[in-house]
Amino acid sequence: MVLLEMKFTQQRRVHLAQGLWLLSWLAVMCGTFVFCLGVYIKTELLRRAEVMDNTEIHVVPNILMLVGLASIGTNWVATRVCQDSLDPSRFPRWKAFLLAWFVGATMLSFLLFAVVESLKVGLRNGIRFYKDTDVPGRCFQKETIDRLQMEFQCCGNSNFKDWFEVQWVSNRYLDFTSKDVKDRIRSNVDGRYLLDGVPFSCCNPRSPRPCLQNQLTDNSAHHSYDYQSEELNLHSRGCRQALIDYYMGLMNSTGPGVLSVILIQMSVVLSLRYLQTAVESAMALEDPEEDSEGYILEKGLKETFEDLKVKALILLKFGQVNPSATQEPSEAEDPEKAADNTTEKAASTTASS
Amino acid sequence: MALMLVKFDLKKRVKLAQTVWFMYWFAVMAGVLVFSMGLFFKIELRKRSELMDNNESHFLPNLLIFMGLIACGINAFGGKVCYDSLDPSKFAKWKPMLKNFLVFCVVFNALLFVTALLCFVMRIPLQFTLAEGLRSGMKFYKDTDTPGRCYMKRTLDQMQMEFRCCGNDNYRDWFEIQWVSNRYLDFSAKEVKDRIGSNVDGQYLMDGVPFSCCNPSSPRPCIQFQMTNNTAHYSYDHYTEELNVWNRGCREALLSYYGGLMNTIGALVLLVTMLEIGVTIGLQYVDSSLSTLVNPDDPESESEGWILEKTVKETFTDIMDKMKAMGKGSKVEEGEAAVATVS
Repeated sequence: MVLLEMKFTQQRRVHLAQGLWLLSWLAVMCGTFVFCLGVYIKTELLRRAEVMDNTEIHVVPNILMLVGLASIGTNWVATRVCQDSLDPSRFPRWKAFLLAWFVGATMLSFLLFAVVESLKVGLRNGIRFYKDTDVPGRCFQKETIDRLQMEFQCCGNSNFKDWFEVQWVSNRYLDFTSKDVKDRIRSNVDGRYLLDGVPFSCCNPRSPRPCLQNQLTDNSAHHSYDYQSEELNLHSRGCRQALIDYYMGLMNSTGPGVLSVILIQMSVVLSLRYLQTAVESAMALEDPEEDSEGYILEKGLKETFEDLKVKALILLKFGQVNPSATQEPSEAEDPEKAADNTTEKAASTTASS
Repeated sequence: MALMLVKFDLKKRVKLAQTVWFMYWFAVMAGVLVFSMGLFFKIELRKRSELMDNNESHFLPNLLIFMGLIACGINAFGGKVCYDSLDPSKFAKWKPMLKNFLVFCVVFNALLFVTALLCFVMRIPLQFTLAEGLRSGMKFYKDTDTPGRCYMKRTLDQMQMEFRCCGNDNYRDWFEIQWVSNRYLDFSAKEVKDRIGSNVDGQYLMDGVPFSCCNPSSPRPCIQFQMTNNTAHYSYDHYTEELNVWNRGCREALLSYYGGLMNTIGALVLLVTMLEIGVTIGLQYVDSSLSTLVNPDDPESESEGWILEKTVKETFTDIMDKMKAMGKGSKVEEGEAAVATVS
C-alpha cells in the first residue's frame, strides 16, 4: 500500500522537472537569505558587544550561516538532479546519493527552526547593561553609552535612578577645592562624586519643557516641578529592556521569513521524491515515455518503519558478530543463525514488495 | 547620404532585435528606479517640511515621479515592438505608428535631460527655504502649548541630534531667542526678572542651549548653561572648547544632506537618460532595417539601417520646409476661404 500515489504522464513528468528546477533555484535564494540573516545578526551582536554578557551567543548566528550555506549546497544539487532527471542515461548516477540528500535536507529545516528559537532565549539572558562602567576618564565608554541612550530612547539599566549610584562625572572636571564637591565625596564610603542628576542623553525630546538634568529629586530647585509625577522629562525605559525589545522585534520580524524558507525546503524535498520515483518507474517500463506512478513511500508508513528497524538491526548485528567471532569460536553458531535470519528477512521483504 | 549607415542580414537583424529588447527591460527597471527616487525625495521633503516653513517646492519630486511612470510605459511598449519585430506579420501592425513613437521618445529624452539639470539647480531655492524655515522654527521652539506648533520642539531636538548640528549658523543663535517657555519660568525670582528687564522685547534670554546641541563625543559632561562664563565651570574656556556642543549650523547640515541627495539623483537620472538615448537609437535601427529590405517578400534578404535617412543638415532643412509648408497651407486655405466668401 503505497503512500500518496500519483500517476504521471510523460508531459507531467517534464512539467514536474521544470517546476522543481525553478523551485530549487528559489530555495537556493532562500538559503542565501538565511546566510545573510546570520551575517546581519552577527554584525548586530558585534556592534553592541559592550552590552553583551558573554560571547556564547555568537554560536547561534554561526549556526545560521552554516545552515544557509548547507541549504545553498543541497538545493543546488537538487537543480542538477532535475536537469538530469529527464535524460535516462544521466539519472542513475544520482540514485545512491538521493537518500542521503533527503535525510540531510529534512534535518536542515528542523535545525533552522531550532536555531531561531534558541537565539531568542540567548538574547534575553545575555544582555547586561553597564555594571562597572563608573570608571572615570573612559571617554569612549561615555560616547558609546550616550549614543546608545539617544538611539534606543532609554536611560540607565532599569530606570534613570541607576545613574544616581554611579559617578558619571570624570575627576578631571571636578574642583576638589569647592565645598560642594568635598561634601559629596565624603557622603559615601567609596569617596565617589554621586549626584541626583543624569547625563544629557537621558533627555526626552518629547518633553514640552527644556530638559531638567540636575537636582532631579529636589522639587524646589525647579519652577513648577514635581519629580514624582514628572513622566516626560527623561526617557522612562531602561536600556536593558530597550535592547531586549529591539532584538526580540528583530527576531520576530524574521519569523515569517524563516517559516517560508522551511516550507519551500520541504516542498522541494517532497517534489524531488515524486520526481525520483516517477522517473525510476518510467525507466523500468518497456516504453520510457509511458505513464508511470510516483509516490512518497513505497510501502505504508508503519511497514517502512519496520523495514528500517530490521535493516538497522542487521547492520548492528553484523557489527557485533564480526569482532566476537574471531575471539570466541563457541559462538560460531551465531554467525550462521544471523546469516539465516538475514536471508529469511531479505526473502520476506522481496516477497512483500 | 544617411547618417551612420550599417548593413544588416537576417542574423544581424535578429541579434539587434534581441539586444534592444534586453536593453528595454533594463530601461523599464531604470524607469522604476527614477519613480522610486522621486518618491523617496518627496517623503524626505515632507518629513522636514516644518523646518522649511511648509512652503518647500514639491515640483522636482513630482516631476521625477511623472517621468518615471512615463519611462516605464514607453520602455515596455518599445520592448513589445522589438519582440514583435522578428515576426513580419506582427511587426506590420506596429509599423505605421513607429515614426511618431520615435519622435515622442526623442522629446522625452530631452525632457529627462532637463530634469537631470534641474536636480542640480534646485539646490539654490532650497537654501533660501531652509534658512527661513529654521529661523522661524527656532522661534517656535518654546511654544509647546500652541496648537499647530506643539511638535516644533521635538522636531528641532530630533533634527539637531540626527544631523549633529546646533542653531542656524552656530550655537550662538540660541542666545538670541527665548527657548524656555514662560510656563516654566518663576517670575517672582530675581534672576528671571533681571533677564527679562535686560532687553527691549521682554524676553528671557540666556547664554545656554537646549540639550540636543550636546556632543556625545565630548569627554566631559555637557555644559549647556552659562556657556560664556568661564568661572561658572571648572577648567572651562569657552573660546577653546570645541567638543562640548556641535559646531556646525543646522542650515549647513541640512543643505549638505539634501544637496547630496539631489546630486545623486541628478547623476542617476543622467545615466538613465543615456540608456534611453541608447534604446531609442536601437529602435530606430530596428525600424529602418526592417523597412529597407532589398526583396520585401523575402525575410532573409539584406537591408540597411541608419539613424537619420539624410544628413543632419538635410533633415533639419526638411523639417523647416515641412513647418513652413504647414504654415503656408493654413494661410492659403484662409485666403481661399476669404476669396470664396467675398466672391
